[in-house]
Amino acid sequence: MSKSLLIISRQAPWSGPGAREALDIVLAGGAFDLPIGLLFLDDGVLQLLPEQKAAQVQQKDLTANLKALSLFGVEDIFACGDSLTERGISSVGLNVDTLQLLQTSEVPMIIDRYDQVITL
Amino acid sequence: MKFAIAIFSAAHEPSSRRALLFAQAVLAGGHEIVRLFFYQEGVHIASGNIVTPQDEQDLPRQWREFVTLNQLDGVVCIAAALRRGVLNEEEAQRYQRPAANVSAPWELSGLGQLHDAVQAADRLICFGGP
Repeated sequence: MSKSLLIISRQAPWSGPGAREALDIVLAGGAFDLPIGLLFLDDGVLQLLPEQKAAQVQQKDLTANLKALSLFGVEDIFACGDSLTERGISSVGLNVDTLQLLQTSEVPMIIDRYDQVITL
Repeated sequence: MKFAIAIFSAAHEPSSRRALLFAQAVLAGGHEIVRLFFYQEGVHIASGNIVTPQDEQDLPRQWREFVTLNQLDGVVCIAAALRRGVLNEEEAQRYQRPAANVSAPWELSGLGQLHDAVQAADRLICFGGP
């Protein structure tokens, strides 16, 4: 049986290539049909804000990559509700439809569910 | 035990030094390293162009010698490397760039190599990152 991998994405979308590169690991795992989870934590939840105008900061939109997650069979997508609250972000209408909200106290349980973890 | 080691920080970062010390300890302890995977800023470690001041430890050279001596699989993510100007001869020619700065023992390859290492290893240990 394949080992499962959790990617914890902690970087804001426009602070460099970090957020995109974390997503790339997830999409590659999905392409290989591996059991993979994605958790948005801390500034990583900023990736979930809808209607971002990437072009205004001369960047490429991450939304398409987020939408591709389901196409690549990545279904276990989590966000830390406390990280959203800390940043004044409502959990309604975020960029990922199948998002499961967690409280900080639930994060260790999710990490425990996976064989390997990468935090980026 | 089989270890996969992922490095996300540049050569001058303390975490890159810790990664090397950890990798050395893994082998010294009789364990196996299935692959080293360099991603994000970690791709710079494979650059042959880093010049370290004489009174400092030359970490890129130490990594290169460690990988060569122990015949390890040192894989550098090709997409992350291209973005940061870390190219081997083949990629420099492909993209018509004036110079290559990566050579053996480093290998440029895709993220599939990271997933492959995750599957093959008992433990994935990561260094660097936010």
